[in-house]
Amino acid sequence: MKRLIAGLPFIAAVIFGGFFLWGLNPDRDPNEIPSVLISQPAPAFDLDPVPGLETPGLARSDLVGNERPVVVNVFASWCVPCRAEHAVLTRFVEREGMRLFGINYKDKPEDAVKWLNDLGNPYERIGSDLSGRTGIEWGLSGVPETFIVDGDGTVLFRYVGPVVGPDAVERFTQALKQAGALPKGAAS
Amino acid sequence: MRQLIFAFCIGLFPFAANAVEPDEMLTDPVLEQRAREISKDLRCVVCQNQDIDSSNAGVARDLRLLVRERLVTGDSDAEVIEYIRARYGDYVLLKPPLEPATYALWFAPIAFVLIGVFVGGGLLMSRRKQEAFEDLGSEDENTVSEILRQNEAGDAS
Repeated sequence: MKRLIAGLPFIAAVIFGGFFLWGLNPDRDPNEIPSVLISQPAPAFDLDPVPGLETPGLARSDLVGNERPVVVNVFASWCVPCRAEHAVLTRFVEREGMRLFGINYKDKPEDAVKWLNDLGNPYERIGSDLSGRTGIEWGLSGVPETFIVDGDGTVLFRYVGPVVGPDAVERFTQALKQAGALPKGAAS
Repeated sequence: MRQLIFAFCIGLFPFAANAVEPDEMLTDPVLEQRAREISKDLRCVVCQNQDIDSSNAGVARDLRLLVRERLVTGDSDAEVIEYIRARYGDYVLLKPPLEPATYALWFAPIAFVLIGVFVGGGLLMSRRKQEAFEDLGSEDENTVSEILRQNEAGDAS
């Protein structure tokens, strides 16, 4: 019994030390919110196209029955990081053959049209989410956010924040490869 | 002095400010009250340690409107919270639910207090017992009285 009690501080130190070690891990982001969507079917939604844009609108049915996983990116013209991310996503579409759908989040249509005309439009389809209600269905906490959706409509991956910088691009590329969202034999 | 008091009063304004804007509020005071109560239990996903009732973030406003919309359609409080939880997960609840995954969270503090009481109490008890039983042997008794006597003699001289 005495020996047990004498050992208690040591055990406590190990437990707390382990906890601190975990907390000090630089890769851990304490602000990260676990997504409930992973491995779940994508939420139901049906968005009209952005007025003044030729790109068709986006609905859940567009995410189902695709040959390989597709990427859904939530963006807005008023979102500054989206501007940086736009170049990265465009490169993925043009060089790697990624399929990209967009949700234009709480954006004025004329602003969105101007933004896409300036920067180019890599999106196959864009749904206009003026009210932000579809964003809530996706569990959105801000823009940009990027999801990888499997051919049967299951959400495979969620990236919060802009896919910008080597680390983020690396993580996103890994996720794309793992999901099989890039066609085989694509230049990379 | 008067200026100072005035400045202090103005300084208090931000604390009195409310995130819920008039255009969000429901006309039915009972439903509005329920909405406020529900909003206080829901975490804002942008400014993570604030409830949506006091948050000025855009998403928090959307969630407040959604809560009110659900209440108007006749949802119960629990149904409204479940609706939001289905989209944002347990994380959105400021008070974590009691379920197997959170048992450690809920019961660890109680367990630690109990362990502390038992270990601490046990140690104190065993120490007291020792004191009660300990008795100097006759040899020690002699040594002590010898030392005392010598000390007294030293003091006297």
